[in-house]
Amino acid sequence: MSNGKHGAFLLEGVRKFGSSAIFLFQLLLQCIPALGRPRLVVAQIYNAGARSLIIIMLAGLFVGMVLGLQGFTLLQRFGSEEALGSAAAIGLLKELGPVMTALLFAGRAGTALTSEIGLMRATDQLVAMEIMAVDPLRYVAAPRFIGGVVAMPLLAAIFNLVGLFGAQLVGVQLMGVDKGAFWSQMQGSVELHDVNEGIVKSLVFGVACSLIAVNEGYHAAPTAAGVGLATTRTVVASSVLTLLLDYVLTAAFL
Amino acid sequence: MQANRTLEIGTGFFVLLGFAALFFLTTQLPSSGLKFSAAKAGYHVSADFDNIGDLKVGSPVTMAGVTVGDVESIRFDSQSYKAVVGIRIDPQYKQIPDDSFASIQTQGLLGGKYIGLSPGGSDTFLKNGSHIDQTQSAIVLESLINKLFANFANKSSDQSQSGSQADESKKEEPKK
Repeated sequence: MSNGKHGAFLLEGVRKFGSSAIFLFQLLLQCIPALGRPRLVVAQIYNAGARSLIIIMLAGLFVGMVLGLQGFTLLQRFGSEEALGSAAAIGLLKELGPVMTALLFAGRAGTALTSEIGLMRATDQLVAMEIMAVDPLRYVAAPRFIGGVVAMPLLAAIFNLVGLFGAQLVGVQLMGVDKGAFWSQMQGSVELHDVNEGIVKSLVFGVACSLIAVNEGYHAAPTAAGVGLATTRTVVASSVLTLLLDYVLTAAFL
Repeated sequence: MQANRTLEIGTGFFVLLGFAALFFLTTQLPSSGLKFSAAKAGYHVSADFDNIGDLKVGSPVTMAGVTVGDVESIRFDSQSYKAVVGIRIDPQYKQIPDDSFASIQTQGLLGGKYIGLSPGGSDTFLKNGSHIDQTQSAIVLESLINKLFANFANKSSDQSQSGSQADESKKEEPKK
């Protein structure tokens, strides 16, 4: 008996995975014609990117400052405070920047995407579009997906930059690490492939988080509770998938 | 129309900022690549070293522990087989004797290298284009350890005769 239940549960999981994959494929097909409507895409870049700017910069500043403080107290024990620059840069560029940005993006932009599309589903707007022979995938889902994918690497880069500034603020201004040593050690230890790793990570996270947000909204149960549930699932699935992908990508880049 | 305008301005601002950040991260941070830095005031002197260790452009130059300037350029002189280090010294430190002694030192155990200046006794001071003659190279930890081990090896070979007798007597004991 319980075996059958487990089987059904597993099958449901596999079905969801498959439906997301099919959805991604359909979405990618619609992305090219959607690019022919740049106005829609720009509006979504604004929604996902520009409106997340404040929270990203604020979070980046504080993450950088904490990194500066913790790194300084730790490195001070070994008498090598000057390594703070490279420690903060490597930590931010490779891990904290892309991951924190993705988590914040899931909370700030992902939830907005899901509830917006979910409400369109609940109020039958998507069905109305289909009746008018307007493909909602092309005009609703694809621009939002592209907007998220474009916004994420840019947000992560801004996060990194503000984070470095925060680390410099605490390390150099507050704790008195030599400014020249801070930057020269940083430039001495950061390689171009470290920067690239961060950019690739944030691109992958952008695709994953945007896909989850759009998919959950598009397939939400058309009720108030359904939209709420879909929004919750977006945050949970995006966060878990981001951390999982982060490990896989880190292992792949080594 | 007005709403459209703010949207476009916001998006443009965001995208420009994002690409500026990407540009900075890819070109300014890695050790390779073009760098922009504002030319800082001060005067320039140079010094030759046999070995600079991992001294880098931007490393600090200190006197009595206080940063007085930084390393501006590093190049290899193929005539003398030495590293020529260009040093910029802040304009307020004008009275550094021109027979000062420059040595490459390490910040802490794991830290980077820096140049320490110790003052000489001359009445004339370093000025733009001066050359520091007395230098001491970086201490390479590995060569130091090698020397240490060589010392140990010598000592143990001296004592080996008395030591080996003691060893043998110990080895014999369990058999009996």
